[in-house]
This record gives sequence, structure tokens and C-alpha cells, in this order.
Amino acid sequence: MPRKLLPLLLIVALACLPFVADWLDQRALQSLVARIMIYAIAAASLNLILGFGGMVSFGHAAFFGLGNYAVGILYFHFADSTSLFGFIPGTDNFLITFPAAILVAGLFALLIGLLALRTEGVQFIMITLAFAQMIFAFFVSLNGYGGDDGLIIRKANTLFGMSLRNKTTIYYVILAVAVGYFFWLHRVKGSSFGNILAGIRQNEKRMVALGINPFRYKLFAFVLAGMGAGAAGALMAVFLRFASPDTLAWTKSGEFMIMVILGGVGSFVGPIWGAATFLVLHDYLASWTEHWQLFMGLLLLFVVLRTKGGIAGAIESFRARFK
Amino acid sequence: MTLIFEQLLNGLLYGVMLFLMAAGLTLIFGIMGVINLAHGSLYMVGALAGAWVANATGNFWLGLPAAMAASLLVGLIIEMTVIQRLYDRPHLDQVLATFSLILILNELAVLLIGRQPIFLQLPEALTDPIELLPGLPYPPFRLLIILAGLLVALGLYVLINRTRIGMLVRAGSTHRDMVRALGVNIKGLYTAVFGLGALLAGLAGFMMAPIGAVQIGMGEQILLTTFVVVVIGGVGSVKGAFVAGIALGVIDTSLRAFLPGFLRQIMDGPDADALGLGIASMGIYLLMALVLLIRPKGLFPMKG
Repeated sequence: MPRKLLPLLLIVALACLPFVADWLDQRALQSLVARIMIYAIAAASLNLILGFGGMVSFGHAAFFGLGNYAVGILYFHFADSTSLFGFIPGTDNFLITFPAAILVAGLFALLIGLLALRTEGVQFIMITLAFAQMIFAFFVSLNGYGGDDGLIIRKANTLFGMSLRNKTTIYYVILAVAVGYFFWLHRVKGSSFGNILAGIRQNEKRMVALGINPFRYKLFAFVLAGMGAGAAGALMAVFLRFASPDTLAWTKSGEFMIMVILGGVGSFVGPIWGAATFLVLHDYLASWTEHWQLFMGLLLLFVVLRTKGGIAGAIESFRARFK
Repeated sequence: MTLIFEQLLNGLLYGVMLFLMAAGLTLIFGIMGVINLAHGSLYMVGALAGAWVANATGNFWLGLPAAMAASLLVGLIIEMTVIQRLYDRPHLDQVLATFSLILILNELAVLLIGRQPIFLQLPEALTDPIELLPGLPYPPFRLLIILAGLLVALGLYVLINRTRIGMLVRAGSTHRDMVRALGVNIKGLYTAVFGLGALLAGLAGFMMAPIGAVQIGMGEQILLTTFVVVVIGGVGSVKGAFVAGIALGVIDTSLRAFLPGFLRQIMDGPDADALGLGIASMGIYLLMALVLLIRPKGLFPMKG
């Protein structure tokens, strides 16, 4: 029973956090937790294909960045009173920009997945990286949308007339999306689709022998993962009020992979632990020394070489020991 | 006409340099099965060490052995401490472990040298352009790089196809367990191959040092392009690395040189330049996607 209570407790704690942070005069804490939740969604979406499906995609930032830019570009046209491609009017309504970002990311994931999933192994890693780099290069070269500098979203989006510029409002929006996303992901993992995906990871030939076409399931998972990352990217754009080419960079894909492996590949809660560990460490180390990458690199190397199953795996074995 | 010829030479130079990087990377992958993202860091180490020694001593040519020695040393250290543990690991672990090596090596370089770019002056004999054809002056240093790169390619061909070590390398890439069973010290062979790759990366880094800026992070840019070369050429194939390296070098350079000009005829100057460069940098990735869709294992796939 306590295992079922744990998520509920976590949600309540997260919902109380803005008040506690306010009371403790620790405003930075709220923004840190908001970023953790956004990255947890992105890392969990990568974990869906990487951990559950066994597809090592090195281009996940593409979908994160596309969601990011979808919000940015729609706002840009809204502020400019122009229209995208000459017929799509801009908007700052979160109820439109958020689904639009997910849709755009999903469409690109469908396109990229259709092509990339024909390869496997190192070629799959590299072709996903290649597509992400193409999208990165494309957005950097678009001078009209800020090019290298990215797009500032000056007034943030609105939701039911509320401005999401308010840090507490956007915090609760992020929390709601995160809770919804992980609830949905839990259902997906337990569904027959989730089981088939796990089966393909473990033994693709056997699934083929069972009459299942792996390509269709892999593609579906790839699209779902892309949409999740797009949602996270859109939230990031609204939260930071900035759409930046950094969200498309290949190092961002690397960071998502780090979060997944830190938390534990294929573990349901792993991405939450991974994102939290990565961001807390990043902020802590960066405030302590400008050479934080050195320590991050050493720690990561240790986790990859020495531990099995990251943080979630460590908790699991700890729990097993005291049963 | 001379402009096109000059850009072709520049493309050849870039291609030769890509080959030097890709040859090591493809051997490491083909023989040990390790995806080494830190290969670009070895390139950076070579460029930094070479430029630093050349500037400190005032003798350009002392930089060359320094660059190669530094890359070799760093390469051997990371092979023995990290890479050796990755041989039988899944690709994901290899990608992340070598990604962390990039973070570590970049920061160590910052600690040792700082974030300022280092500039390396060429000796005067190498800067005065010589006239290749009437109306086509070309810097001799660039010709020297092309020549050196082609010589290395020839040397690698002889090494791999005509010597005993090369025979072991070829056998090791296709029939690893058989080679081990025949009593060959496969661990030593792996270390030697990794060292050779590091050496070539250091050479490439030093050769590019006077042309571009020597700075932290220079390895990552070249790394991604090198991977494109390796994958297009066929993972494990040195011949593929050569063909794909030269082809990509020429294609990438010509796109960058000529695309903005074409676009400028239909768009404003600055926008055309930015978009042209953007599409040009998409070009090689597009090419790789196309090649993989037609030949999923690259142009010259390894057998076995």
C-alpha cells in the first residue's frame, strides 16, 4: 500500500511547494522544481523509446526544440500581427500553442521515425542525430526568427485569461501537465502496446514469429516520445519566455540521455530521479565552481561504468536488502 | 573558373582532414565495437598542444611532434582507463561514457590553457601563395596538408593490406573470437589501434590549427561531421572513410561557398547568407540520411 501512496504524497508535496518556498524565502527552489518537472517529462518521453523500446535515439532534442519553437513562433506572429506561411495567425493562447507544439513535434517524429527506424544499432543512433542536427542548423539559419539568438517571448502565453508570466501560475500548469503525463505514461506501460514494445526490445524475432510487425509499434512509440518531448519543450518556452536554438543542440539530446541513465534505463520513475539529480547537481556545482562539467563528467562516468540501473536501480536493490 | 578550382582544393583539404579523423574512428568502431564520442577531444588535444608548443618555442615544426605525442598519450590513458571497460557494453553506455569524457577533457583543457582561443602563426615560407595555374594562387601550407593527408592514406592502405599488423586488424574486425583463440594478444592490438586513431586525430588537429581558431569545443564540431563520414563510408571501412571523407569535404565546402550566392539572387543579402549557410550545414546530414535509406550499412559495409 505505501507504494501506491507515494505518488500521491509527491503530488501533494509539489502542490504545497510554492507556499513553502515563499515562506522560507527560497524563490529559486520553485523555479528549480519547475525545471525538474519539465525535464522529467522530456526524459520520460525518451525513456519510452530508449528504456521500454530499446531504441537508442540521439536526436531527442529535435522534438523538445520543435515544441519550444512552435510556441515561440506562434507568439512572434501574434506580437507582430502577421501570419505564419501567410495563413496561420499567431496566438498567445496556451490552449492553442501547447497542442500545436505537441502536434508539430509528433508530425516530425512520424517523418523522422519512418526513415530512421529502417536502420538499427549505430546507424540508428547516428541517423537520429543527423536529423536533429538538420533541424538545429535550419533554425539557426532563420534570421527572421532570431537565428542564433533565439526568440524572446516577451509577454508569455495566457490561459483562461490568466497571464502565464506569473511564476506560480505557470508552476501549477507545469505540475498539472507533469502529473497528467506520468499518469498517462503509467497506463501506456501497462497496456498491451507497452507489453508488445517490451517484447520487441527483448526479442524482436520472437515477436515477428508471433505475427507482430515491430516496425509499426516502434514507429508509434517513436511518435509518442516525440510528442512528449514537444510538450516539455512548449512548457519550457512558456516558463523561460524564450525559445532558443540551445533546446535543439545535440548536447541537449545528450543531457536527456544522461537523465535517463542517471535515473535508471527503463525504470518508470527513473527519469524523475534522473532529471532532479542532473539539475540539482548542475545548479549546485555551477554555483560552486565554473568547472562543473569536470565533476559532472566524472560522476557520470562512475554511474555508467560502476552502477547497474542508475538511481532507481540503487533504490530497488536497497529495498530488496531490507525486505 | 579559378574560384571553382580553388574551392575544389579547399574541399579536398577539408576532405583529407575528415579522412584523418574518420580513419581512426572507423577502425576503433570496426575492431573494438566502441562508439567513441571523445575522438573529437583528441583532435582538440592535438591542436592545443601543438599550438601551445609552437608558440612557446617559436618554432612551428616543433608543434607537430608535440601535437601527436599529446594526443597519443591522452588516447592511451583514456583507452586504458575507460574504453577498455566498454568493449562488451551496449551502445548506450559507450555513448554516455565517452560523452562524459568530452566534458572532462574540455574542462581539463580550460583549467590548463584557459578559454581564450590560441592563434598559431605559420612560418613565412608557408604563407606566400604560389601560383598553381595562371591566375590561381594557393597557400603552400594548404597544399602541404593535402599532400600529407594523401600520404597518410597511402600509408594506412599499405599498413592494413600489406603488413602482419594490418592482417590482424582486418581479422580482428571480422572474426574477433577466432583471432583471440589463435593466441593473438587482442588487448594489445586494441590499444595499438586506439593509439593510432588518437595519433591521426592529433595530426588532423595540428594541421587545422593555423587555419581555424584553436579553442575548447573545437572537437565537437568536427566530431559530428566525422561520424557522418564514418556512417556513410560504412562503419569499420577505411576505404569507405577515404571515399566518404573526400566526397563530403568537397560537397560541404562547395555548398558553403556557392549556396549563399545563389540564394542572394532571390533574397536579401544577409538573410540569403544565413539561410544558405544553414542549408549548407544541413547538406551533409541530408546526404547521410539518403545514403542510409538506400544502403542501411553505408557505402562499403564490412563483411562478417
